[in-house]
Amino acid sequence: MTDTGIGASVRRKEDYRFLTGKGRYLDDINLPGQCYAYFVRSPHAHATFTIASGKAEKEPGVIAVFTGADIVKAGLGGLICGWVITGKNGEPHKAPLHPLLAIDTVRYVGDPVAVVIAESHAQAKDAAEKVEVKYEPKPAVTSPTAALDKSAPQVHHDAPGNLCYDWEIGDRAATDAAFKKAHHVTKLKLVNNRLIPNAIEPRAALGDYNSGTDEITLYTTSQNPHVARLVISAFIQLTPEHKLRVVAPDIGGGFGSKIFIYSEETVSAWAARELKRPVKWTAERSESFMTDAHGRDHVSHAELALDKNGKFLGLKVSTVANLGAYLSTFATCVPTYLYATLMQGQYTTEAVYCEVKGVFTHTTPVDALRGAGRPEATYVVERMVEQAARDMKMDAAKLRRINFIPSDAFPYQTQVALQYDSGNYAGSMDQALELIDYKGFAKRKEQSKASGRLRGIGFSAYIEACGIAPSAVVGSLGAGVGLYESAEVRFNPTGNVTVFTGSHSHGQGHETTFAQLVSDKLGVPFDNIEVVHGDTARIPFAMGTYGSRSLAVGGSAIAKAIDKIVAKGRKIAAHTLEAAEEDIEFLDGNFTVKGTDKKMDIASVAFSAYVPHNYPSDELEPGLDESAFYDPANFTFPAGTHVCEVEVDPETGTVDVVKWAAADDFGNLVNPMIVEGQVHGGVAHGVGQALLEGCQYETDSGQLLTGSFMDYSMPRADIFPDIQVVTQVTPCPHNPLGVKGCGEAGAIAAPAALINAITDAIGTSNITMPATPEKVWRALNAGR
Amino acid sequence: MYNFRYQRASSLDGALKAAAAAEDPKFLAGGMTLLPTMKQRLAQPSDLIDIGGIADLAGIRRDGQVLVVGAMTRHADVASSEEVKSAIPALAALAGHIGDPQVRNRGTLGGSIANADPAADYPAAVVGLNATVKTNKREIAADDFFTGLFETVLQEYEIVTEVSFPIPEKAAYAKFPNPASRYAVVGVMVCKSKDGVRVAVTGAGPSVFRVEDMEKALSKKFAPEAVEGIKVSQEGLNADIHASAEYRAHLVTVMAKRAVAAANG
Repeated sequence: MTDTGIGASVRRKEDYRFLTGKGRYLDDINLPGQCYAYFVRSPHAHATFTIASGKAEKEPGVIAVFTGADIVKAGLGGLICGWVITGKNGEPHKAPLHPLLAIDTVRYVGDPVAVVIAESHAQAKDAAEKVEVKYEPKPAVTSPTAALDKSAPQVHHDAPGNLCYDWEIGDRAATDAAFKKAHHVTKLKLVNNRLIPNAIEPRAALGDYNSGTDEITLYTTSQNPHVARLVISAFIQLTPEHKLRVVAPDIGGGFGSKIFIYSEETVSAWAARELKRPVKWTAERSESFMTDAHGRDHVSHAELALDKNGKFLGLKVSTVANLGAYLSTFATCVPTYLYATLMQGQYTTEAVYCEVKGVFTHTTPVDALRGAGRPEATYVVERMVEQAARDMKMDAAKLRRINFIPSDAFPYQTQVALQYDSGNYAGSMDQALELIDYKGFAKRKEQSKASGRLRGIGFSAYIEACGIAPSAVVGSLGAGVGLYESAEVRFNPTGNVTVFTGSHSHGQGHETTFAQLVSDKLGVPFDNIEVVHGDTARIPFAMGTYGSRSLAVGGSAIAKAIDKIVAKGRKIAAHTLEAAEEDIEFLDGNFTVKGTDKKMDIASVAFSAYVPHNYPSDELEPGLDESAFYDPANFTFPAGTHVCEVEVDPETGTVDVVKWAAADDFGNLVNPMIVEGQVHGGVAHGVGQALLEGCQYETDSGQLLTGSFMDYSMPRADIFPDIQVVTQVTPCPHNPLGVKGCGEAGAIAAPAALINAITDAIGTSNITMPATPEKVWRALNAGR
Repeated sequence: MYNFRYQRASSLDGALKAAAAAEDPKFLAGGMTLLPTMKQRLAQPSDLIDIGGIADLAGIRRDGQVLVVGAMTRHADVASSEEVKSAIPALAALAGHIGDPQVRNRGTLGGSIANADPAADYPAAVVGLNATVKTNKREIAADDFFTGLFETVLQEYEIVTEVSFPIPEKAAYAKFPNPASRYAVVGVMVCKSKDGVRVAVTGAGPSVFRVEDMEKALSKKFAPEAVEGIKVSQEGLNADIHASAEYRAHLVTVMAKRAVAAANG
């Protein structure tokens, strides 16, 4: 390992421009002649409406006003959901139309009904108030359980009972049988609260049309520009795929919210061609609150059956998942294949069954958000296990240990489709207990008591499935796409390297970590490597960044391209060094002849490939530029144990997070500093969910009550203790790098750990997220 | 924002003249409430008359047994002032926990009390310390100043110029902040002076109020136990997604105890 190779904590290359204000984000991009779009949005959660734009069109600076009818006339399709879920009844999920602009009915506060395009943003916003929309408000339903009630208002005519799907996985009969022989059954109702993503940069788009070539360029805040290009061209039918270029420049965070294809970017691209002028849209924060896809929002009933020794016999879970008013791009798979398939946890539970109802409500569409289904699963499993430990009066760590899948049991086929490939769950538990100083807890609890505070400790032994995903597997489960990645490693004649990657970096630090990979494997100096991403015109087709897949899948694609480079380099070196190809070795950037001191460095090989004067031209093409696509053989399975301690002030119910130990296994690490940062960020995200955040809608009106940072409480640095991070390595056996991914793990593990600690401190399990001071105070005083 | 005319006044007279000539003017002090309101298009003044450049309106001075703070004095300046920290440390501490650093660098004492947000911190200080509010027209006693939700006795074109705080024997402010906005869910200022004990509560109700029962008990014994058993009624208290009226009523007692403990040092 060099100080810039795999395993080195190299400072990030991209930070220079981000920290000195030289980043080039969407809103920084301006094109000559551009005009500005402002969307008119419904103030009602549910209403029918008619619309007239004549008055608005006459306002100062207005170029055009478009409505849903214009979109229909233009022949554009609706926004799609790309994963077909087949229900218990053998039928595909209900997929109502998701129009770009509402046509005659609005279904959530913020649903767009028109777009005003003017010479300035201010003029567009002023004119938007003159668009005449006559709404007839209707009753609304916001809660997913209420939406299933027979009397609930219907969100879509073609989804009776507001049901999108009723799906199941696992063996119901075997699970029922397991429960019959249970010594003890633990039962809990568990609510996973709705979150609003709030990436630091709001969404934005800039559509640009070239009338000479009939090409549209769409600059957009996307985590996956090729997917956006495919959906907008092939499904929405804006223009043929080869006539659409999508560029995602520097982006300030996504967390999933920028995966999906949205109305605003699509309409901006279309409007640019209609008006023959660039059309720019930037969300205001209040728009982001209302229209970025929300996350989570599950209500579950879970039961865990144990034998008298505490072995898990069976787990059954029944979940109702809120999908919002319309299906967002991946909405259907998050509460099914990204959720229920993790119900095995780290355990040898003999029988598992999970059923999920996906439900429409008059709220913002819900889709993947950091963790996407796995935080929800971990919250169920790890709260159940902790509660079972309390019910059975067993130590929480010990109960887990006796149920862990042993380290020699891999590959391990779970009861819920996934096959775990590697792991050492007991090892992480050991590390976590030592890091938190588990033995010292009793004494710390006494000390807290002496100063009038209640101390609690909570565990979360999480496992997740990421590095998504093997294409054939997800295809068989209903996905409409493959989930491979692309890479091109291109040497320039002067010996430096450009790496084109289908992954997208919006905070992950790929410009650094991918350069480390290439530097390590090819022996090219770290500073001589540039990493290019985010432009469909420059990069082969790829699926983008989410699901902690960039290193495992994107990095593996780079590794494969590197293999091809080295293979070609051998031939070139063999020719130049006048040796047999079998005698050529490659190490640390040099091709050498076995047993001699003859060598040729890779920069010289590259030069020779581009200036092929002394070159095996009859067998080999010039150039040193190789592409690869990598389709993973399996998901990867990061896992570990997080332990946290809290102190509760019984007078106010305030919870202070006072200790956090994270013992994770991400396989091989490329940049430990970045990994630690991801764990910190993930934990912060999870603590945010468990302690502070919580999107609220007013029950009857469907108004968004948490529409700004005044009411939606984000975690800030001052609420965290030092988050201590330790890792162990069980390499992934099925990708060339042996890596598993780490971006979401903290958000997956944290909520269960925190709530387990709070319930331990106050002695009751009846706490919901976010665990606000008033909720904790009421739980402490219940029955007084 | 909607369009508006911006004018910067160099004197109080100039500001008042400009206001009289405008269609629907608003005075701009720190702008920490007014500007966000305008950005959300919930306010639409025709003119913004900026009084931030009027020198006489800012400044801190001690006048015998009274601390005088100019209306345009920023929260950050009150928080860091040696004068305030030595005369009324509770006031410096209160100012140092308003909002966040950006708000504290811009927000002003005069703006805060003229706006009379039910969750603002300064009203508890003004009432708790029995201050006198001076305007361009008159002097107003603390107990008369605040009249309701976002309501004061200030008349049209009446501008706060300074607030005089009598220096107490001991005082402290205990605040339970809203985790999102960090406004006061409940904030209690407790003050002991030669004239007796005052307990002023902000955040809990539509406007700052005093708790007579606590003042009586603390006059007998200025210790946290004195108010331990004294409950305020939840009737009429604020309720929202962050805290119910019942919880706020409970917090009043808890914060009062903590304020007394802090005042005793």
